[in-house]
Amino acid sequence: MRITVNGKQEDIKLARPTIADLLTQYSLQEKTVIIEANGEIIPKDSLSSTHLKEGDRLEIVQFVGGG
Amino acid sequence: MSNRYSRQELFLKETLPFRKKRALIVGAGALGSALAETLVRAGTGGVTIIDRDYVDWTNLQRQQLYTERDARDQVPKATAAKQRLQSINSEADIKAVVADAGPEELASLIEEQQPHILLDGTDNFETRFIINDLAQKYRLPWVYGACVGSQGISCVVIPGETPCLACLLAVLPAEGMTCDTVGIIAPAVQMTAAFQGAEALKVLAGRKEEIRRELVSFDLWKNTHSSINISSLKKEDCPSCGRQPSYPYLSAERRTKTAVLCGRDTVQVRPPEGRQFHLDQLASMLEKQGTNVKTNGLLLSAVVSGKRVVLFQDGRMLVHGTKNISDAKKLYQQLLG
Ligand SMILES: [Zn+2]
Repeated sequence: MRITVNGKQEDIKLARPTIADLLTQYSLQEKTVIIEANGEIIPKDSLSSTHLKEGDRLEIVQFVGGG
Repeated sequence: MSNRYSRQELFLKETLPFRKKRALIVGAGALGSALAETLVRAGTGGVTIIDRDYVDWTNLQRQQLYTERDARDQVPKATAAKQRLQSINSEADIKAVVADAGPEELASLIEEQQPHILLDGTDNFETRFIINDLAQKYRLPWVYGACVGSQGISCVVIPGETPCLACLLAVLPAEGMTCDTVGIIAPAVQMTAAFQGAEALKVLAGRKEEIRRELVSFDLWKNTHSSINISSLKKEDCPSCGRQPSYPYLSAERRTKTAVLCGRDTVQVRPPEGRQFHLDQLASMLEKQGTNVKTNGLLLSAVVSGKRVVLFQDGRMLVHGTKNISDAKKLYQQLLG
């Protein structure tokens, strides 16, 4: 399945993945992130019930603390 | 005399838009240095910069205002910054404050200096939440910016218009990703400061309609960029910017507390309530950079900067071999952000 993550094409091998699955694949499951899927911000408690589909456009913003 | 601002004026179509403006920059590290230089070169009338630290050799790779001499002499960052900034632009009124940027210090600086904007050059979330509360209280715009590794993030908070940092983050993130645990490359600083600096110029020039409303983030190593419109995240009941704000980070119980443990040559650092640390994650991060770490899941012990530290799951840390509270607090924020 091909989706776009932060402007880059990604080929996802998982079967029927949720956004939470994708975050785990990126090792972001315990990080502080804000996710937008196809222009809509996905609330935290919906990440594991929102399934990805071919052509989805995802924006993942990770909060960091340095400076 | 030729006009030093001519190229900027050509772009802005305005003469000296920043001359009567003042910015308060919190932190004179990597971001603070870059932001201060940008504003002073642009002709900002006043820049106030506060920092509690002194220049160290590990700063020179990315903190653009400092020299080997500053590191050798351990000059306070705010002092060294002022010196360099003044030599860049002698017309700027630069005020250097060597102090810990707590709620009281920042509030009195805001009242005394009357800045038009607050700029985030800090390296930890706790101070950012203090800035966030003060910005709401004094109705001042502020620009969040943070970076680590090859990543960075930024957004503009305008009281009464945009969501604030507390709207975006209900609790302090507790991941321990800081420049001291995962490192940083200078371009990540420059990019973040560029995002912050451009918005600061727009705010100071009064170009409200041109201010970016998105939260932006990037990773220069992976070549990714993302931008999310966050206006829908503004919360009516936000404790910082909602209808009945309580400014939680200005009150004492939300602050990192320190105590010297009597007769033990140990300082205890206790974070604001509600942080839960993933000790295993932090342990593997510290291991990767060559620190000898032991953890049993309930506590983590390691030797960092020559001091033995013990971290508990609730974020409490014991720093052994010191009675110096500010050293212990610095070590704490180096590790946990
Ligand atoms: Zn808010």
